[in-house]
Amino acid sequence: MIKFLLNGSWVMETELDPNMSVLRYLRTKRGLSGSKEGCASGDCGACTVLIGERSKGNGSQTVKYHAVNSCITLLGAMHGKHIVTVDGLNINEETHPVQQAMIASHGSQCGFCTPGIVMSLVGLRESQTSCSRKDVLESLSGNLCRCTGYRPIIDAAMASFDVADNKNIINTTPAWSAPEQEEVAGLHTVDADYFSPTSEAELTELLTKYPGARLIAGGTDLALEISQNYRSFDCLISLSDIEELTELSEAGNTLYVGAAATYSQVMPWLKTWYPEVVELFERIGSLQIRNRGTVGGNIANASPIADTPPVLLALDASLELASTAGRRVLSLKDFFLSYKQTQLQNGEYIRRIILPKPESNAIVKLYKVSKRYEDDISAVMAAFYLELEGARIKTVRLAFGGMAAVPKYADHAQTKLVGAEFTEASVAAAISALGEDFAPLSDVRASSAYRLKTAQNLLRKAYLEIANNMSLGVFSHA
Amino acid sequence: MRKLTAVPDTSEHSPEGIAGQSVPHDSATKHVTGRAEYIDDIAELPGTLHIAVGGSAHAHAKIKHLNLDAVKSSPGVVCVVTSEDIPGRRIIGPVFHDELLLAYDEIEYVGQPVFAVAAESFEQAQRAVKLALIEYEILTPLLDVKLAREQESYVLPEHVMQRGNASAAMSSARHKVHGELVVRGQEHFYLEGQVCYVTPTEDGVHVLSSSQHPAEVQKMVAETLALPLNKVHAEVRRMGGGFGGKETQAAHLACVASIFVNKLRRPAKYRLSRRDDMVVTGKRHDFVNEYEIAFDDQGKIEGTVMSLLGMCGFSVDLSQGIIDRAMFHADNAYFLNHAKVSGYYCKTHTVSNTAFRGFGGPQGMITIEAAMDDIARYLQIDPLTVRKRNLYTAERDETHYGQKIEQHNIAEIIAELENTSDYWRRREAITAFNASNQYIKKGLALTPVKFGISFTSKHLNQAGALVNVYTDGTININHGGTEMGQGLYTKVAQIVASEFQVDLNAVMVTSTRTDKIPNTSPTAASSGTDLNGKAAQVACGKIKAEMQAFAKRYFNLADQAIEFANNQVIMGENSMSFAEFVQLAYMNRVSLSSTGFYKTPTIHYDRETGKGKPFFYFANGAAAAEVTIDTLTGEYRVTRVDILHDVGRSLSPGIDIGQIEGGFVQGMGWVTSEELLWNSSGEVISNSPANYKIPTAFDIPEIFNVNLYQQDCPVDTVYASKAVGEPPLMLGISVWCALRDACASVADYRISPDLTVPATPEQVLFAVEQAKMFKEKDSGQAL
Repeated sequence: MIKFLLNGSWVMETELDPNMSVLRYLRTKRGLSGSKEGCASGDCGACTVLIGERSKGNGSQTVKYHAVNSCITLLGAMHGKHIVTVDGLNINEETHPVQQAMIASHGSQCGFCTPGIVMSLVGLRESQTSCSRKDVLESLSGNLCRCTGYRPIIDAAMASFDVADNKNIINTTPAWSAPEQEEVAGLHTVDADYFSPTSEAELTELLTKYPGARLIAGGTDLALEISQNYRSFDCLISLSDIEELTELSEAGNTLYVGAAATYSQVMPWLKTWYPEVVELFERIGSLQIRNRGTVGGNIANASPIADTPPVLLALDASLELASTAGRRVLSLKDFFLSYKQTQLQNGEYIRRIILPKPESNAIVKLYKVSKRYEDDISAVMAAFYLELEGARIKTVRLAFGGMAAVPKYADHAQTKLVGAEFTEASVAAAISALGEDFAPLSDVRASSAYRLKTAQNLLRKAYLEIANNMSLGVFSHA
Repeated sequence: MRKLTAVPDTSEHSPEGIAGQSVPHDSATKHVTGRAEYIDDIAELPGTLHIAVGGSAHAHAKIKHLNLDAVKSSPGVVCVVTSEDIPGRRIIGPVFHDELLLAYDEIEYVGQPVFAVAAESFEQAQRAVKLALIEYEILTPLLDVKLAREQESYVLPEHVMQRGNASAAMSSARHKVHGELVVRGQEHFYLEGQVCYVTPTEDGVHVLSSSQHPAEVQKMVAETLALPLNKVHAEVRRMGGGFGGKETQAAHLACVASIFVNKLRRPAKYRLSRRDDMVVTGKRHDFVNEYEIAFDDQGKIEGTVMSLLGMCGFSVDLSQGIIDRAMFHADNAYFLNHAKVSGYYCKTHTVSNTAFRGFGGPQGMITIEAAMDDIARYLQIDPLTVRKRNLYTAERDETHYGQKIEQHNIAEIIAELENTSDYWRRREAITAFNASNQYIKKGLALTPVKFGISFTSKHLNQAGALVNVYTDGTININHGGTEMGQGLYTKVAQIVASEFQVDLNAVMVTSTRTDKIPNTSPTAASSGTDLNGKAAQVACGKIKAEMQAFAKRYFNLADQAIEFANNQVIMGENSMSFAEFVQLAYMNRVSLSSTGFYKTPTIHYDRETGKGKPFFYFANGAAAAEVTIDTLTGEYRVTRVDILHDVGRSLSPGIDIGQIEGGFVQGMGWVTSEELLWNSSGEVISNSPANYKIPTAFDIPEIFNVNLYQQDCPVDTVYASKAVGEPPLMLGISVWCALRDACASVADYRISPDLTVPATPEQVLFAVEQAKMFKEKDSGQAL
C-alpha cells in the first residue's frame, strides 16, 4: 500500500501496476487530464506536476515542492508525498498569480505545453519572493514550447511576482506527518511489486528475498524502458526514501554523497567545495530531471555520454558499494568495464560517492559541449583537474565523456603533462596525444572529427583560461 | 421558442475586444488551468479500442512473407488488419493517389505501415505490433537528392520559372558567384502528437481529429470506407500545435482507425507516441540548392541560375506546391533580373515530406540570402548594402514568375530597422571587437522577408462561415478554419464583434465541423484569417441586411441606414441594445443566421508557362540578429534580435506579436539546433526530443525587440490586415546569416565559408576552420 496526498486529499492505492507512471495514473485512473503527455520521455515538460515532500530528518515539519516530469516518475515513489497538478492547484476558481500573468502576457498559443509551464512557474513563484531572469530560465529548462518563442512566458514569470498571492492548494495544505506504516510501502499486483523501503536494513531484507529485483532511484532513465519500450518490470525496489542513501556528509578531507541524493539536493551543499561542479550540474538534464535524478543513478547507468562520471573521474572519486555480502570501496576509474557494463554485482548497489576535498592549489575546469545549452546530452564532456607546483604540473587528470564506449581518462595526454611545465608547448603535446587516446564515434549528436577537434580545443581553452586567468566562451559558465 | 430569455443588461458602451484591440487568446484561461480539451483528454467511451501500426524495418524492400500470428494472440489484441481489409480505396493521397494506406508489396521507407492492430489498451497495442514476423527482400534505398536527380528519380517532372535570358546574362557578366547550399529539413514537434478518436454513428463514423484539414479527413475516411461524404463527419476543436504537420498527416490515422470502427462498431483512438510521430510522419523538405549569380560592380544582380532539389520522400503528398513555393521565393525580396529557377521533385526512400510553416519558402529564400553574403564578400562591401541595392523597386519590379511587385515598403522597413537596431554603429563595434579578439567572434546580419500570400492551388482560396445570432444577443460562429494556437478563432470572433459593434465576450467560435461548413480548405498558407475572416464578415453583412430591411419596415424609416455602435442598434432617433433589437427581430420572424462565402480575387498561375500572379499580396518584414561564437568549439549565443514586421493593420496586436516571435524562434531553431538526420540505411536517427533539439527559453535573445509595421494592406483584405502565420519564420534566417558573418570574420570577411543549415556548433566550427585555412593560405601567398 502507498498513501499520498493528491491535490490536498489523501489517497491510498495498493493493487496498481508498479510500472505505472504518475502521468498515466492521473490521466487514466483519476480523470485528471490537465497534465499532458508530450513525449513520455521527460524531455518536453508538458506533464510537469509539483511534488511536495517533507524534508528529511527528525521531526522536520518543512515541506518543499519540486517540479517533476510525471511521465517518468513512477507512482510507487509517491508514498508520503503530495502531488499537485494543474487541475487541483486552485481553490474557489481563483486563478494563481502565474496563471493571471500568463493570460495577460499572451503566454499560451496552442496551450498544450501550458499546464506544464504553469506548474514549473508555480514551483518558482511558491518557493521564493522575487526572481531574476536566470531563475526563470532555470525553472523553464525542462519545458518546451513550440508556439510562443518563450518571450511572453518569461515576462509572465517575472510579472507573476507582482501579482498578489491568493489561496491555492500549496499554500493552504499544512505540513503533514509521515503516514503510519506496518510494512514496507509499495504497490502490488499478482505479477509485479514495487517497494519503497526506508532503511538499509529493509533494503537488505528485500534484496535477499527478491534477488532479481531492479533497483530504482530517480528513475529518470529506467522509467524510459517503461514509457518508450513498453517494458514491464516485475519487481522494483526504490532507493529514494532510504535515509542513509540520501545523506550528504563530510569527515576530515573527504566528502560523502549519498548515491540516492538528487542533483537538486547535492548542488547547494557541494557548492562550498566545488562551485565549478555545481555550475556543470546546472546543465545536467533540466530542473525537473535534477529534482529526481541522482548522482548514483548517473554512475550506475554507465552511459558513455553521461556528464557526471567524467567530472567525478577528474576529481578522483571512489564508490562505496554495498550488498547483502557487505561493503567495498572501489575507485571510480575501475568501475566502468565496457559499454554500459560496470563492476556492480547482482544485488549490489552504490551506497555513497566518496570525494576528496580539493587541494588548495587545485584547478577544476569543466566543459560540456552540446547542440543545445539546456537539457541536452553532450557531444563532448571534458573534465580537467590540475594541481600546479610553481610552474610544474604536479597532478593532472583529464577525463572525457562522449569520446569512447566508457567515460575515461586521456592517458596519453596526461603523460605529456604530468611533471612537465605548464606551457603552451606541453599543452600542445598533450593536445596531439589526445588523438592517440580517442577514436570517437560519429552519431546523431556529432561526428567523430568534431568530437576529437573539440576535445583538443577544450584542452587548449583550459590552458588559455588558466594561463591568462580569464574566462573564454559564449556562456557565463560551463 | 415560447418565451424569450431575459435581455441581459447591455448598457451603451464602446465595444470591448473588437478588431484592432489586443485581447487574450480565446482559450487562454482554459489553457492555463488545464481545462482546454485536446482529443486525448476526452473521456473515453466504454469499449474504446486503441490502435497501433506495425511498420517496415527497411527503407526499400519487398515483403516476401508476413506472419501476424503472434500479433493476433498478444494479450488484449482485438483485431488485426492489413491492406486487404480496407473496404474502399487502398491507395490514398491528398493531391495524387500514390500512397498505400497499408503497404502490401513494396516498402518505400522505414516505418511504413504494413498492418494495424486494435487492442484494449494503448500499451497492449504497442507491445503487439512488435511481434510481427516480416520477411523482406531488401532493395537498395535511394536517400540522396543529387543521386535522385542523376537517376531521374522524381515524384513529379522538373518545373522551370524563367524571366529573360539567364544564360546570356551569365556569359556576359563581369562578376559571378556560385555555390551549393545544403538545407536540412525540420521536425514539426507540435507538442500534441498526432491523434484521432473515431466513433461509430448510425450511418457512418464521426471523427475527432487533430487536423488542419477536417474536410480532407472526411474525404479520405469516406474513400477508405467506401462511404458517401454525408455519412462521415470530421470535427476539430483545437490542435496542440500544427505548423503544417497536421495538414495532410492527420488523415492517415483517421483512415486506419476508421477501418476498425467500421468493422467492429466500437470507438477507436489512434494516438502516435512521440517516437512514432517523429518516424512515420512527414517533415519539412531537405533541399540541396545550387546557385550561380551574375552581378555588376555595385553588386546588383544581372542574372540568376538556381536549381532547387527537394527531398520529397516516397510520394508526392504536398511536394508539388512546396517545391513550387521554394521556387516562388528564390528571389526573397530581390530582383533576380534574367533568371532561370528550376525545381526538382526528388523521390527518395524516406517518409513523404509535407507542409511546414513556410511551405518551401524558407528553403528558397535562404539560398538567395546566402548568395547576397557571397556577393558582399566578393565585392568587399557590407552585406546589408548589397541587399538594399537589390530590393525590388518600381522600375525593377517583375519576379521570375511574371508577377509584378506592387507594394515597395521593404526599403522603408529596413531603413527603420537600421535605425532602431543601430545597425551601422554596431557593425563598426563588432568589426573592432573581432579584430581584437582571437577566439570569440561576433556576427551581425539584417535580412528581409517577402512572402507571397495565397494558396498557389487557386481553388483552395475559398472559405465558408456560419454566423448564428441568438435571442440573448450572443453570437455563435463556425467557419472552415481550424485553431492550432495561432489565434484564428480569436481574430474571427473579433471581426464579428466589430461587424455588430458588440463586446467580444458576446461572441464565440465553436469547433470546426464538416457538417456545419462543407468543402473547406486546409488552414494553411497563412490564409486562415484572410479567408475565414472575410467569409464571417460576409455572413454578418447578410444578417445586417436582413436587420436593416426589418428595421426599415418596422420603424418606418426612410432611406437612412441603421447603425451598429456601442453595443446598441441605432435607428435614427431610436436606439436599443443589440440584444433587445435581436429579440424584436425574432418576434417579427427575421432570420438571424447566415452563411458567408469568400473567394480571393485576381490570382492565377499557369504551370505550363511558369507565369502568372499566384499571390494576392506579399507580407513583408525584416530582422537584425547578433550572435557571439566560440571559435574553439563552435558554440554560440544569439545575443540580440530586432524585428519589424508588416501585418497590415493589425487585427489583434498581441496575437500578431505572438505569431512573429514564435515564428522567428521556430525559424531560428531550424537554422541552429534542430538537426534532422538520417543514417545510411534510411532510418531517421533524430527520432526523439533527446536527440532533436528545438529551442528552449534559454536560447532566445535576451534583447528581443519586436515591433509591428502598421500600414494598411493595399488590397482588399479583412480590415486591411495581412496574414501573419508563416512569414515571420523566415526572419530566423537572419540568425544563420549572422553566424556566417561571424565565421567570415575569421578570414577578415574575405570569404563566406560554407555553412550547412542548420548551423549547429559542429557546422560553425567547420566553417571557422575553413575560414582559418583560407586566411593561412592567403597570408602564406602574400608572404
